[in-house]
Amino acid sequence: MALHDSKTIAPGDVKEHSHTDDHGDIKSYIIGFVLSIVLTAIPFTLVIGGEYSKVTTIYSVVTLGLVQIWVHLKYFLHLNFVTEEGRANTFSFLFSALIILMVVGLSVWIIYESNAMMMY
Amino acid sequence: MSTLAASMQSDDAHEHHEHHENNTVFGFWLYLMTDCLLFASFFATYAVLFMNTAGGVSGKDIFELNFVALETAALLVSSITFGFAMLCAQKQNRKAALSWLAVTWVLGASFIGMEVYEFHHLIIHGHGPQTSAFLTAFFSLVGLHGLHVTAGLVWMTIMFIEVSRRGLPDQTVTRLSCLSLFWHFLDIVWICVFTVVYLMGAM
Repeated sequence: MALHDSKTIAPGDVKEHSHTDDHGDIKSYIIGFVLSIVLTAIPFTLVIGGEYSKVTTIYSVVTLGLVQIWVHLKYFLHLNFVTEEGRANTFSFLFSALIILMVVGLSVWIIYESNAMMMY
Repeated sequence: MSTLAASMQSDDAHEHHEHHENNTVFGFWLYLMTDCLLFASFFATYAVLFMNTAGGVSGKDIFELNFVALETAALLVSSITFGFAMLCAQKQNRKAALSWLAVTWVLGASFIGMEVYEFHHLIIHGHGPQTSAFLTAFFSLVGLHGLHVTAGLVWMTIMFIEVSRRGLPDQTVTRLSCLSLFWHFLDIVWICVFTVVYLMGAM
């Protein structure tokens, strides 16, 4: 309610426009919110329903989780490659993502392989 | 650097000021990235230990997905209400920003309430963190996220008081921006938690 009131005050204001670029507007928040609700509801339904095989369910749940992370980064955290600020944030995020991939991926790989070796 | 800025004209000085604010938010973003690494190591621990149930319960036995869906809903809705609070703050609409902050706080608090209830429920049924490596990793990972959300709630309370007393000068809006990054970041961590821990654990 109050949101719409304040929205009508602002259009045409130059400063307002630059803020909109940086922090998104009400539309981008609503798009992100609707997408994230859908992307949360589907995996929960898949697992609770249990209609598909375990492998299919795992792949779908992980894929939907990754898509949802992307949605949050784009619509709520406003990561982009366009503005200077957005680029700095995006590249530092991508760097952390690489480190995370190494920390989690390699730990899991090493431990599972060593588990497998100890079976024989 | 600052003497250089002082010698410039007012337009440039304003630009410098904006640049400084961007630096604050960027610095906070870098902190969040290191926080990501902390969570990553907890996730790695969980991924390595989750099968070691020591003959006790596994995720399949203890996770209530409907309950987790409710927790998730509270956190997701709180994300968009914080977004609305930020939009109002940028438009200098103090009253609306404060109401959206209050709504966000209540949603965050109900998330924490549900999580504390879940932990309490598990512990009184003999599934405390000391029972098995799986439960230790579970309580550490989910508890770490819960502690972050609690810290976010404390920060939000402080921001609420600040906004209601001082209004919305640039510095306060910058602080709110940092808190909004923190809050949305915790949402992303929660996506990983419910996907990896709850959904994949309950299969």
